[in-house]
Amino acid sequence: MSITERLVLAVEKPLKEAIWGCQMCGQCILHSTGLSCPMRCPKNLRNGPCGGVRANGNCEVYPDKRCVWVDAWEGSRRLPLWRDHIEHLQKPVDWQLQGTSSWINLLNGRDRVAPQGWQPNGKP
Amino acid sequence: MESPSRLAGLLRDGRFVVTAELSAVNSANPEATWRRAEVLRGSVDAINCTDNTGAHVHISPLAAAHLLVERGLEPIMQLTVRDRNRLALQADLLGAAALGVRNVVLMSGDDVTAGDHPEARRIYDIDSMQLIEVAAGMRDRGIYLSGRKLEQAPSFFIGAVENPFAPPLEFRPLRLQKKVRAGADFIQTQLVFDVPIFARFMQMVGELGILDKVFIIPSIGIPRSARGARYMRDKVPGLYVPASLVDRLEKTPPTRQADEGVQIAVELVSAVRAIPGVAGVHLIGIKWEEGIVQASEAAGLLPRPTLSPLATIGGRG
Repeated sequence: MSITERLVLAVEKPLKEAIWGCQMCGQCILHSTGLSCPMRCPKNLRNGPCGGVRANGNCEVYPDKRCVWVDAWEGSRRLPLWRDHIEHLQKPVDWQLQGTSSWINLLNGRDRVAPQGWQPNGKP
Repeated sequence: MESPSRLAGLLRDGRFVVTAELSAVNSANPEATWRRAEVLRGSVDAINCTDNTGAHVHISPLAAAHLLVERGLEPIMQLTVRDRNRLALQADLLGAAALGVRNVVLMSGDDVTAGDHPEARRIYDIDSMQLIEVAAGMRDRGIYLSGRKLEQAPSFFIGAVENPFAPPLEFRPLRLQKKVRAGADFIQTQLVFDVPIFARFMQMVGELGILDKVFIIPSIGIPRSARGARYMRDKVPGLYVPASLVDRLEKTPPTRQADEGVQIAVELVSAVRAIPGVAGVHLIGIKWEEGIVQASEAAGLLPRPTLSPLATIGGRG
């Protein structure tokens, strides 16, 4: 890891952990998920809630915690700019980026690299 | 020779289909799977082979589906992203296709904490939405997620699930639309006990203009006893069982509860059938295949139609 990345991480990590409970996936999509981190979902779902959400809006796995996707939906309704991004199909997580800086990955485009076979719009 | 999905043929032909859940066995003897599956022969169009349902270990859906193919019964293989990473998922999809499986239903799966191995490591390498897209890529473009080419592409009829009753309710139709865009041809829903909420859900799906792009098949449960209804209410994630239903069964004498359960299912089938966009029903009787047959008959769903070879041409998907 370069000294630059270390310095960026020294700011990014504590900041995002404190505000969003960031899990450092290195490929941030918070603006598409109503500013609720989808990596806090125990199933790591990046495209919406599972079918196990409890009637009170809490998580199937952690009955005392609110479902991150219930928060994501409500959060997305309040976003002026990215409101409809919650409907976007999110590519599979690149686990090689775990622990790296999503800010750097955003700037150099690394977080937009998808597997070659991932062509959601390439259907006949 | 490629044999297409009969289920797809019936749906594209405009038939009201009946699918059912096979209780996955805990036996190394194939006869155990066949015994249960044979009960359903002639009463349903296709049979779901579940994937460690409720996060309890059972025979693998791939093996069960293959056993059904061997007997000329049409399987719908369920596959969760809970127990397999993207390599294993694609390997099992391709293997299933080679073994004659034409229908798949792709889902997240109940969490491991709901089952008998709560200490297990959950996988969730990709999510159910991404798995639908991956399966569609294998089918439509003949490639793995990595981009590597298949020698022969599978011809799946791709299914997905949706729970119209789980929060956030307003997001559920959009999530279904997302699954359709990813490549889902049909949807099997969570068990419907609350018909008004389901009707509202279907109305919202209709307003999105996707009812002509996907076949929606609500699940109908056949409770065998008041105890069974209470179990579903208390133990199964994402299931919403109204108090009135448990009440109704509790007020029925134990010897008549099974009949009452079938009657409840019949009423639910007729209620959902009246909702625009409902393409069939998926019947679930927990470890009770006979209940599925009774409900199918009592609801006037028999005999099941035969399919003309021409019926598989054209239509949705």
